Amino acid sequence: MEEQNLPWIILLLPLLSAVSILLFTRRSGNISALISTGSALITLLLGVVLLRMPDDAVVAAFPWLNLSSNFVVEIGFQIDQLSRGMMFVVTAIGAAVHVFSLAYMKDDEGKARYFAGLSFFMFSMTGIVFANNFVMMFVFWELVGFSSYVLIGHWFEKNSAADAAKKAFLTNRIGDFGFMIGILLVWGLTKSIYFTQIASEVVDEQVLEGVSNGLLMAMVLCVFCGAIGKSAQVPLHVWLPDAMEGPTPVSALIHAATMVAAGVYMLARISFLIPMSAGAGEVIAWIGAITALIAALMALQQDDIKRILAYSTLSQLGYMVMAVGIHAADAAMFHLFTHAFFKALLFLGSGAVIYACHHEQNIWKMGGLAKKMPITFVTFVIGTAALMGLPFVTSGFFSKEAILGAALHGHKALFVIAAFIVLLTAFYMTRLIVVAFLGKDRSDNAAKAKEVPALMWVPLVLLAVPSVVAGYEFFYKGMKLSPMSPAHEGPVNVWLIVISAAMLVFGIGMAFWGYRGESTEPMRLNRIAQVFAHKFYIDEAYAWLIKVFQDGLAAFTNFFDRAVLDGVIARLPAAGAFRLGSVMRRLQSGNLQSYGFLFGLGAVLIIYLVVFK
Amino acid sequence: MTLLEAIIAIPIVAALAIAFGSPTRPTAMAAAAINLLLILMAFAQYDLSVEGVYQLAGSHPIITVPSVEQPGAQSILLGLSTGVDGISLVLLLLTGLVTLAAVWVSPAEDQIKGSKRLYYLSSLLISAGALGAFCSTDLFFFFAFHELALIPTFLMIGIFGSGPNRVRVAWKMTIYLGVGSMILLAGLVALFVALGGQSLQFGDLQGWANAPAAIASASLENGIFLTLLIGFGILVSLFPFHTWAPEAYATAPTPTAMLHAGVLKKFGLYGLIRIALPMLPNGAAHWQTLLLVLLVGNILYVGYVTMAQKRFDLMLGNSSVMHMGYAFLGIASLNVIGVQGAVLLMFAHGISIALLFALNGHLRKRFGTLEFDRIGGGLGKLLPTLGLLFGFAIMASIGLPGFANFAAEVMIFFGGFAGLYSQQEGIVIGPVQIATMCAIWGVVISAVYGLRAYRNLFMGPLPDSSKERKLVDLTLAERLPLILLIVALLVIGCAPGLLIKYLIPSIENISHLAG
Repeated sequence: MEEQNLPWIILLLPLLSAVSILLFTRRSGNISALISTGSALITLLLGVVLLRMPDDAVVAAFPWLNLSSNFVVEIGFQIDQLSRGMMFVVTAIGAAVHVFSLAYMKDDEGKARYFAGLSFFMFSMTGIVFANNFVMMFVFWELVGFSSYVLIGHWFEKNSAADAAKKAFLTNRIGDFGFMIGILLVWGLTKSIYFTQIASEVVDEQVLEGVSNGLLMAMVLCVFCGAIGKSAQVPLHVWLPDAMEGPTPVSALIHAATMVAAGVYMLARISFLIPMSAGAGEVIAWIGAITALIAALMALQQDDIKRILAYSTLSQLGYMVMAVGIHAADAAMFHLFTHAFFKALLFLGSGAVIYACHHEQNIWKMGGLAKKMPITFVTFVIGTAALMGLPFVTSGFFSKEAILGAALHGHKALFVIAAFIVLLTAFYMTRLIVVAFLGKDRSDNAAKAKEVPALMWVPLVLLAVPSVVAGYEFFYKGMKLSPMSPAHEGPVNVWLIVISAAMLVFGIGMAFWGYRGESTEPMRLNRIAQVFAHKFYIDEAYAWLIKVFQDGLAAFTNFFDRAVLDGVIARLPAAGAFRLGSVMRRLQSGNLQSYGFLFGLGAVLIIYLVVFK
Repeated sequence: MTLLEAIIAIPIVAALAIAFGSPTRPTAMAAAAINLLLILMAFAQYDLSVEGVYQLAGSHPIITVPSVEQPGAQSILLGLSTGVDGISLVLLLLTGLVTLAAVWVSPAEDQIKGSKRLYYLSSLLISAGALGAFCSTDLFFFFAFHELALIPTFLMIGIFGSGPNRVRVAWKMTIYLGVGSMILLAGLVALFVALGGQSLQFGDLQGWANAPAAIASASLENGIFLTLLIGFGILVSLFPFHTWAPEAYATAPTPTAMLHAGVLKKFGLYGLIRIALPMLPNGAAHWQTLLLVLLVGNILYVGYVTMAQKRFDLMLGNSSVMHMGYAFLGIASLNVIGVQGAVLLMFAHGISIALLFALNGHLRKRFGTLEFDRIGGGLGKLLPTLGLLFGFAIMASIGLPGFANFAAEVMIFFGGFAGLYSQQEGIVIGPVQIATMCAIWGVVISAVYGLRAYRNLFMGPLPDSSKERKLVDLTLAERLPLILLIVALLVIGCAPGLLIKYLIPSIENISHLAG
C-alpha cells in the first residue's frame, strides 16, 4: 500500500461502507452493522498508522470543481499535526461508538439505516478533518450536518425526533449562511481558498494591508458563524439539546465528541486569520464565554440525564471557542482532545444507564444504580472527574488549566466567568451522580437494572483510560496523538490551581449536601431555578420569532402574490384583453392570437415610450 | 442528415408514428432512449480543442441574399441551421434525460382517461421543441421550435390536467406565455434589424455584434436588451412575471410538468446566455441592477411564498420559480464563473425538479391529494423506498453537496463575489454582492420548506387514515426512472468537471464577461 493513498483510504472506506449498505444490505441489519463496524475498526487502525505520516507527505488531490481555467477547487488533504491528531480522536471514538452500538441498537428495526448513517458520518467528518481548503471544508461541513439529521431523526416516527432533526439541520444552515459569505469574502480579498496559501500570503505579503478593519472583522466573524452553528454557540445553541432525541451512541459520537467540535477545529485551522482584525477575537471569546456560562446554568436544573450532558457539552464547547478567541487555539484543541474522550465516555455511560433502565432518561426515576452497575458507575465517575477537572489525576484538569491560564493572561473578566463555570460544572455533575447512582431506586425500571453486556462496557473501560491519561505529556506528545502543537512551556501558576480547586470543592460540596437523600428536585419552585430549567425561555422566544416573522412574512407574501401579482398584474391585462376581445368578437376575430398580439403590441409600446422618449 | 437533425427528428417522427397507430408507450420509450444515446454520441463527437464555432453543424438555406462581405456570393438569411457548443450540449443532455424519465413515468395506457395517443405524442413534441430550440443556430427556428413545444403543453394541461380548473389554468398559462413570446419576438426582430437585417444566423449576428459600435445608439441597445429580458424573463417566470408557473405545474400531468419545469423553461435562460448577453453586452451592463432586483424577488419573495404553501405540488411549482433566481444571478454577475454556474444550475435544477414532479405524481396517484394536512405524515415506515428516493430529491433541491445543484450554486456564489476586489476601484460590495448574499439566505429558505415538506409527509406517526388505505411502495418499474435522474445528479455533483469542461471554452468565448 502506497503511503500517499492512506488518507484517501481513511476517507473513502466509510463511504464505501455506507453506499454498500444502502445498495445491497439495506434489508439485513446484522450484516450492515458488521460492515460498518468493520470499516470503523479498520479506519482506527489506519488512523494510528497515519500518525507516523510526515508533514510534507504529498497526497494526490482530486480536482472537484474547476471554477475557471486557473481556479480549481480540490478534494485535497492537509496532513499536519492538527489533522493527524484530530483524525485519531475521530477514528478512536468512532470505533468505540460502533462497537457500543452493536449492543445498544441490537433489536432496532432501522439498524441498517443507523449503521449506514454512522458510516456516512465517519466519511463526512474525515473530510472536514483533512480539508485543505475552505470549499472542501464547507462540502463536508454540510455532509456532517446531513448525517446528523439522519441520525437525530433515526426514530422519525416520533414527532419529537422528527422535529429535532429538522431543527438541527435548519439551525446549522443559518450558521452556514454566514460561513458561506465568510468564505466568499476570504476568497474575494485574498484570491485563494487554500489554507496554507492564505496563511503564507496573509502573513508574508500583507495582501490585506489596505483593507478596512470593518471588512476584515466581517470576514472573520462570518467564517465564525459556521462555528456558531456547528459548535452550537449562542445564539444558535438551541439545536444541540434537542439533538438528544437521537440514539445515545450518536449523541456520544456526533453531538459530544466530534462533529460539534468541528467548529472549534475549523477555527483552529484558520486561527491565523483571527488576529488580522482587531476586535474579532474578542467577539469570539465573549460568545464562547457566554455560551459556557448560560449552558452551565441551564444544566443545573435539567432532569434528563442526556440533556444534562448536552448542556455540559455546550458549556465545554464554549470554553474552547473562548480559548480560540483569546488566541489560544492550542489550548482549545487540547481541551477538544481530552473532552472528546471523557464526554464520549459519559454519553456512552448514560447510554448504558438508559439501556439498563429500559429507556428511562429521567434521573429522578433512577437512583441506587452504583451497586447494580458497578463498571458503568466507576467509568462514569472517572468521566465526571475529568469533566470537572479533578487536579492532576484527570485529563480534563490539564486542558482546562490551559484555557484558564490563557484567560488569566488575556482577559480578567473572562477568567472570572471561566472559573465560576468550574463551580457550576462540579455542581451539576455531582447532582447527576448523587441522584442517579446513589441513594435508593425510585422506579421499577431502576430497581430491575443490571450491568450491561460486555459489548457495551468494554468501550466504556477503553474510553476511561484516555480520560485519565490524555492530559499527560507522555501520552499526547510521546505517542504523537494529539492535535495541538507542542504546548506552551511556562511556569505553573499555583494560584490558578488553588482557585479552580476551591471552586471544584465548593461545587461538589454544595451539590452533595443539597441532593443527598432527596427524591425530588428541592429547588423545583425556586423562581430562578425555573428560569434555568426553562433554558432562559430562549426556545419559546425563537418559536415566537419564527411564528411572527418567518411564517408571518410567508403568509403575507403568499397573500400579496395571489391578490396583487396574480390578481392585478396577471388578471387585469387579461381581463382587458378579454374585453377587447369581446369588441373584436363582433369583428369575428375574437381569438387567442388577437389578445396576445394586442397585449404584446401594448407592452412593446410601453417599453418604447419608457426607454426611448 | 446530421446527428443533430436526427436528434430533433426522432421524437417528431415517433410522435407522427404514434398518431398513425404505432403502439404508444413502446414507441415513445424507444424514441427517448435512442435520442439519449444519440445525445451521448454528440458529446463523443464534440471536439473540445475547437473553439468559437458551432460544431456538428448542418444547414439548409431557405432564403439567401447577396453576401455583404464577399460580393457575388450568396449568404444565408434564413435557414434551418443547427449546431452546438458546450452550452447547448449540456442542455441537450438535460433534455434527453428528462424526456426518457418523463415518458417512463407516464401512466400505463389503461390509466389515461382520454386519448392515449395524444398523451404520449405530446411529451415527444415538447421534447422535440426543446431539442430544436437548443440546437438551432438560426434566430427564427430558435424561436419557432420553442413555440411548437407550447402547443402540446397547453393541450396536456387542458385535457389531462388534475383539478377542476385545468382549462382555466391552461388558458392562463398559454396567454401569459403567448404574451411573453410576443414581446420576445418583438425584441428578436428589433435585434435582427439593428444588426443590419442581413442574416438570422447566430454566427453572422454575433460577428456583427462584435464589431465596434455595432448598434448605433446606446438607448437602442438598452431597449432591445430590456425587451428580450422581459420576453425571456416571462418564459422563465422572472419576478414579478411568475404567477403563471406554480398553478400550471401543479395542474399539469406529471410528464408535462417534468418536461416544462425541467427543460422547456430553461429556453429563456438559454436565450439570454446565447443571444442577449453576447450580442448586447452594453445593454446587459445597463440593466444589471434591474435584473438583480428582480431575481432577488425570485429568491426571497417567492421563497417566502413557497414556505407558505400547504400543498406539495404548489410548493414545488413555487420552488421552481424561486430557483430560477439563482440561474438569473449567475447570468447577472456578468462573469465567466457565474454564467457557467447558471448553465450548470439549469442542468441540475432541470433534473431535480423533474425528479420531484415525478415523485409528486406518485404521491398524487396514491392519495389523490397533495395537501400536507390531508396526507398527515408518517409515510416513511409504510413506503420506505418512496421515502428514500424522496429524501434524495429533497436533499438535491436544497443543495446538499454531492448533488449537482450544490456545485452549481457554489459557482454562482463565487461568480457573484469575483468582482469584490478590482485594481481600479479597490474593494466594492456592490449590488451583485448584495444580491449574492440574499441568494445565500435563499439556501436557508429552501431548506426550511424542503425539510418541512419531508417532515410533514414522511416523518412523525402514521395517521389512521393512511393505515386504512392500501398503500403500495414503488415498484421496480416505478423506481428506475427516478434512479436514472438521481444518478445523473450524483455523478455531476461529484464530478462537475464532466460537464464544466464543455462549458468553459464556450463561455469564456463570450468575450466581454469578466474573467
